[in-house]
Amino acid sequence: MTEPIPTPVKPPFWNDPQVRAIVFQAIALVATVAFGLYIFDNTQANLRRLGIASGFGFLSSPSGFDIIQSLIPYSATSSYGRVFWVALLNTLLVSALGVVLATLLGFVIGVARLSRNWLISRLALAYIETFRNIPLLLQIFFWYFAVLRAMPAPRQSLSLGETVFLNIRGLYLPAPEIQTGFGWVLAAFGIAAVLTTLLARWARRRQRATGQQFPILSVALALLLGLPLLTFWLAGSPLAWQVPELQGFNFRGGWVIIPEMASLLLALTIYTATFIAEIVRAGIQAVSHGQTEASLSLGLTSSLTLRLIILPQALRVIIPPLTNQYLNLTKNSSLAAAIGYPDLVSAFAGTVLNQTGQAIECIAITMAVYLTISLLISLMMNWYNRRVALVER
Amino acid sequence: MNPLKTFATATVLLLTASGVAQAGATLDAIKKNGFIKCGVSDGLPGFSYADEKGNYSGIDVDVCRAVAAAVFGDATKVKFTPLTAKERLTALQSGEIDVLSRNTTWTSSRDSAQGMNFAGVTYYDGQGFLVNKKLGVKSAKQLDGATVCVQAGTTTELNLSDYFRTNKMKLTPITYDKSDESAKSLEAGRCDVLTSDQSQLYAQRIKLAKPDEYVVLPEVISKEPLGPVVRHGDDDWFDIVKWTLFVMVNAEELGVNSKNVEEMKKSTNPDVKRLLGVEGDKGKDFGLANDWMAVVIKQVGNYGEIFERNVGQGSPLKIQRGLNALWNQGGLQYAPPVR
Repeated sequence: MTEPIPTPVKPPFWNDPQVRAIVFQAIALVATVAFGLYIFDNTQANLRRLGIASGFGFLSSPSGFDIIQSLIPYSATSSYGRVFWVALLNTLLVSALGVVLATLLGFVIGVARLSRNWLISRLALAYIETFRNIPLLLQIFFWYFAVLRAMPAPRQSLSLGETVFLNIRGLYLPAPEIQTGFGWVLAAFGIAAVLTTLLARWARRRQRATGQQFPILSVALALLLGLPLLTFWLAGSPLAWQVPELQGFNFRGGWVIIPEMASLLLALTIYTATFIAEIVRAGIQAVSHGQTEASLSLGLTSSLTLRLIILPQALRVIIPPLTNQYLNLTKNSSLAAAIGYPDLVSAFAGTVLNQTGQAIECIAITMAVYLTISLLISLMMNWYNRRVALVER
Repeated sequence: MNPLKTFATATVLLLTASGVAQAGATLDAIKKNGFIKCGVSDGLPGFSYADEKGNYSGIDVDVCRAVAAAVFGDATKVKFTPLTAKERLTALQSGEIDVLSRNTTWTSSRDSAQGMNFAGVTYYDGQGFLVNKKLGVKSAKQLDGATVCVQAGTTTELNLSDYFRTNKMKLTPITYDKSDESAKSLEAGRCDVLTSDQSQLYAQRIKLAKPDEYVVLPEVISKEPLGPVVRHGDDDWFDIVKWTLFVMVNAEELGVNSKNVEEMKKSTNPDVKRLLGVEGDKGKDFGLANDWMAVVIKQVGNYGEIFERNVGQGSPLKIQRGLNALWNQGGLQYAPPVR
C-alpha cells in the first residue's frame, strides 16, 4: 500500500514570500510618503511661525536690480521670473561653449599625448598633470584676478584696426546688423546644405557600386561657403557692422565679452580638457595594436586607419566617461558666483534669494534646473553612444 | 558665497521640528549654550573687523557684546560668525545665529516677508559713491555709462538701479559676494565706481593701497537705517536686544558712561537711578539680573563712547556724528524712557 502523497500545507500568509515582498514594499512606500509629508508640513509650519513668505508668487514681482550680461532683453523693471531665464541662459551659454572648446582641446591634447614626438607628448603630459591637479576655483581666480586684471584701462585699449578693442572691461567686437535682403543669404545656405547632403549620398552609393571615390569634402566646402557668399555679394552686402566706440567711461555698441565670462570659460575649458585628453588617450590605447597593423597591411593609409578603424572603436570607450566630464563642466560653471558672472547660482540662487528671502523656493528651483540639464545631457550622450556602439554579430 | 551653506540652512529650515523657538526659547537656549551667537560682517573696519589675533572690534561687534553683558553679565560671552551680505538673512532665519548685527538696512520686506524684527537703529546711513579722483567726476549725476561694483544681496543693489533709472543713465553693474572683491576691482580699474553705504565707503577707502586717490561723491541717494536684527516670533528676545540698544542711548543722554557708572549710582536723578537698577527692579521682567543695564554701560559703554571709539574721532575713520547725534543735539538717536 502506498502512502497518499501529502498535499502541501499552505504556509501561513506571513510566511508567504510573495505576500511578504508586497507588504514590505508597501511599508517602505508609506514610510517614504509619510516622511515627505512630515517634512512638507513641518516646513510650512516653520515658515508661518517665523513669518517668512512662501510660494512662487514672487517670480512675477519686479526685480529692481540690473544684470551685467543678458542674452534676452532685461531691465530693472523686469520680474524675478525674467531674472531666472537670464541667469539660466548665462549658465547654458558658458556651459555649451565650455563643452565644445574642452572637447576640441581635449582631443588635440589626448592625441598629442600619444605622439611619437618626445617633445609633443611630454608637453601634453605636463599640461595635463598641471591643470588637472590644481583646484578649479583657484584657476578661475588665477585667470580673473591675475591674468585679465593686467589688461589696460579703456582709454589705453589694445585695438585691432580700430574695430576690435581689448581692455580691462572686456573684449569689444563689432556686432553685425542685419539689413534687408539677408534672408536670401540664409536661403542660399539652406540650399547648399541640401545639395551637399544629396551629393554625399550619391558619392557613397557610387563608391559602394564601383569603388570610385569622389572628393566630397572639398566640393561640400565650396558649396557651403561659395553659394552663400555669392548671394551675399549679389544681394549687395546686406550686413552692416556696428563698431564699438569709446564714449565717456566705456565703449558702447558692438558685442562685448566680459572678463568674468572669459575667465570662467578659460578655466572650465582648460581644466576639463585635461580629463577629456586622458579619456581620449585611454580610448585610443584600448584599441588593440593588431587592428592598426591589420589595417596598414590591407593598404589603408595611416589617416584612413585612424578615421575608419581606430576612432570608431575608441569612441565606444570614450563616450561614457566623456558624458561625465560634460556633466562636471556644467555643474562646475556654478563657481561663477565667485567672480561675479551672473549665472544661475549667482544671480538667481544668490541675489534673488537674498532680495526675496525665499531660500527654499529658490534653492529648489535651482536644484531642479541643474538636475534637468544634467539628465538632458546624459540622454543625448546615451543616444549618441548607442549610435556609435559596435554592433556585435 | 558658499552654496553649501545656503543649502545647509535651507535644510535646517526643512528639518527643525516646528515650535523650537517659541517666546522665551531663544534666551533659554542661549543661557544653556553659555554664549550668544552673533552674525557680523566679513570685514568692515569700524563696524566689525577682526585683527590679526582674531579679536573683533566695531560698532556692530559692540552691540553684540552689550547684549552678552545684559544676558550673562559678561561682555566676552559672544561667538562671532562672519557672514557675507548674501548669507546673513538665511543664517538668521535658520537659527545659525541668535542676533544679526551686520550693517543691515531696515526695510519693509525684511520686516514682513523675510521674517525679521529690527531691534532699532545703531547707525543712520545713506548710500554713496566712491570714485578715483583721476576720473574727474564731481557729482553722481555725471556717472552715465559707468561700470559700478556693488555687493550682492544688498539694498544697495536695488537703490543703484533705481538711481540710474530715475536719472536716465546707463548702468553696467558688477555684483560681487565680498566687499573685498569690489575694492580690488575698483583699484584694478575693472569698475569706475564702488557704491555702498557711505560709512562703508570710508571704511573701504582706508583698506585701499592709496586711499588718497579716491574720493566719496557728495550725493547720498538713499536712507539706510542700519541696526541689529532678530528672528520674528520670539518677543522676549526681541525686547532684550531692543532695550540693550535703548539703554546705551539713554545712558549717553543722561551722561552715564563706562568710567563714571559706579559714581552715578549715587546720583539723585530718578532717571539715572532707574537706569542703573538702584531704584525699582528693571531686570525681572526681562528675565535678566536687576542691574543689567549698569553692567552693559560699565562693560561696553554708552552709545557715544561706542561711536567715537569705532568710527568717530577715536578711530581712523573720523566720521562726524551727523544724523547719529542724540536727538537733543540735532541728530536722530532717540530712545524711549526707562520706567
